[in-house]
Amino acid sequence: MAEVVSGAKPISRPVARAGRWRKRTKFLVRELAPLLVTLLFVFPFLVMLSTSFKPDTESFSIPPRLWSDNWIIDNYQRVFDAMPFWRYLRNTLFLSVMAVIGTLLSCPLVAYSLAKIRWRGRNVLFILILSTMMLPPQVTMIPIFIMWNKTPFMGTYWPLIVPNFLGTAFFIFLLRQFFRAIPNDLLDAARVDGASELRIYFNIVLPLSRAALATVGLFAFVWTWVDFLNPLIYLSDASKYTLSIGLYAFFSEHGIEWGPLMAACAIFSLPLVVIFIFAQRQLIEGISLTGLK
Amino acid sequence: MRIATHKPVPPAVLGVLFALPWIVGFGIFQLYPILASAYYSFTEYNLFKPPVWVGLENYRELFNDDRFFKSMFNTLYMTVIGVPLGLFFALICALALNTPSRLQPFYRAIVYLPTIVPVVAATYLWRWMLNAQYGYINAILGGLGLGQPLWQEDATWTKPALLFIGFWTVGGTTIIFLAALKEVPQSYYEAADIDGANWWSKFWNITWPAISPVTLFQLVIGVIGSLQYFTQAYLFAQERLNTPSGGPEDSLLMYGMYIFQNAFSYLNMGYASALAWILFLVALACTLVILGFAGRWVHYEGD
Repeated sequence: MAEVVSGAKPISRPVARAGRWRKRTKFLVRELAPLLVTLLFVFPFLVMLSTSFKPDTESFSIPPRLWSDNWIIDNYQRVFDAMPFWRYLRNTLFLSVMAVIGTLLSCPLVAYSLAKIRWRGRNVLFILILSTMMLPPQVTMIPIFIMWNKTPFMGTYWPLIVPNFLGTAFFIFLLRQFFRAIPNDLLDAARVDGASELRIYFNIVLPLSRAALATVGLFAFVWTWVDFLNPLIYLSDASKYTLSIGLYAFFSEHGIEWGPLMAACAIFSLPLVVIFIFAQRQLIEGISLTGLK
Repeated sequence: MRIATHKPVPPAVLGVLFALPWIVGFGIFQLYPILASAYYSFTEYNLFKPPVWVGLENYRELFNDDRFFKSMFNTLYMTVIGVPLGLFFALICALALNTPSRLQPFYRAIVYLPTIVPVVAATYLWRWMLNAQYGYINAILGGLGLGQPLWQEDATWTKPALLFIGFWTVGGTTIIFLAALKEVPQSYYEAADIDGANWWSKFWNITWPAISPVTLFQLVIGVIGSLQYFTQAYLFAQERLNTPSGGPEDSLLMYGMYIFQNAFSYLNMGYASALAWILFLVALACTLVILGFAGRWVHYEGD
């Protein structure tokens, strides 16, 4: 983009040589620095995989070695024998999909009200939504638990699912920013033609915001998938465990056996990594955007 | 031509109708719990018997509770030391990644990857990395001729150990910084180059002011998040299933964990609510202080 074209003017030899040397260091820094940083983040993954494919006796070597002379897959077999992985996967998938459905049904509606309907209270509402983002969940956690405890839904998935259908402040905020970029003239023209707000919402605004909706949906999915605190509070029946709680229980019994534990960590991370490979652009652009505006 | 004969719905009604999901959710899952939490904080309540009004007793008890002070100290430690260090590390990574390299999207993806690993898996992985005898961190430190702390056994080192997990999952912040760095107009740097400015002066006079609003936003988010610190510490201190543990000498007992223990292990709902309210006030105070000082170092375009 900002490449400087060199050699426009004849320069004396030593200056040219110094320039070339500076260019080379610059090139090295430019290419090597990101590589080093990337390696820093990759290394723990390598350790996880290496340990998971080694016999435990080899993991306990000083100094530690990444390579092994006899790779094994027994650790993975032991994970599948010790716990119902597929059930945990199904449970987690169910909760994550419900979170996506709930989020996509509720949040765009609220965001539309904030961004595109001109009504008096909308600024107050917006400030209220923003300020709830600052409220520590520990404050509301206890009364919400007591509330669910009085219903027959305690111990079911309902306490984990219902809140998603009532909007999440962060997602509403994100979608409002997207919706504001849609020109008002477009909506006003539709209004003049007699289109109802619901029609404008479904036929104009939503189709124009596919990228934003996908980003929000992905976030909802990932956050529910990795959530630990809420399932820890509400799920006591082992058959309803999510992957996170299943792994937590697994550690309690197999803490010292690092091979099987790392195998379990690898298996539990894999589904999200696969999703990430397909959706990484969507996710990263979504994050870039939230931080800026 | 057909003219709409029905009376148009007033915008205020439409606005409220569209926002209804959140308004209902706010009432049930925010407003009522906040009020209820305030009420419970003045009671003794164990879920089995109805709450008994005890006035300010729970708040008075806080002052005699060593674990309250301990957990507050641990949490502030993570906030005051962990958050700025994390932001600093994220910024360094972003600066290193901010090159015209064609591989940049790939680097960015790798740096972000750890943030989507389930926290449970990430924490166990780091318990292994930080294993005093067989872990890689101590092997590397030993190779450099440095000390090899007992990261999980020595109360001085358990919180620094948590910082490693924070650094590894700093990818989201890095990407936000990276996006902010790209927004800085290239012409500023070209002008500085003509003046012969060095790297540091370009960073301090051009880059830092330009990314300061983003830094402020990340700082506020980071502090609020850090005051709620729970999962990593809970799992780092974990010994057995559902047994409350605060690590060696309670050095890993975070405020969020102490609330959790009081509520769900000891069933002291009243005392836990009082603790939660204190957290709320601390979070509010921290946010106001950060925003109050923001004018001194944050530059907005057009200033």
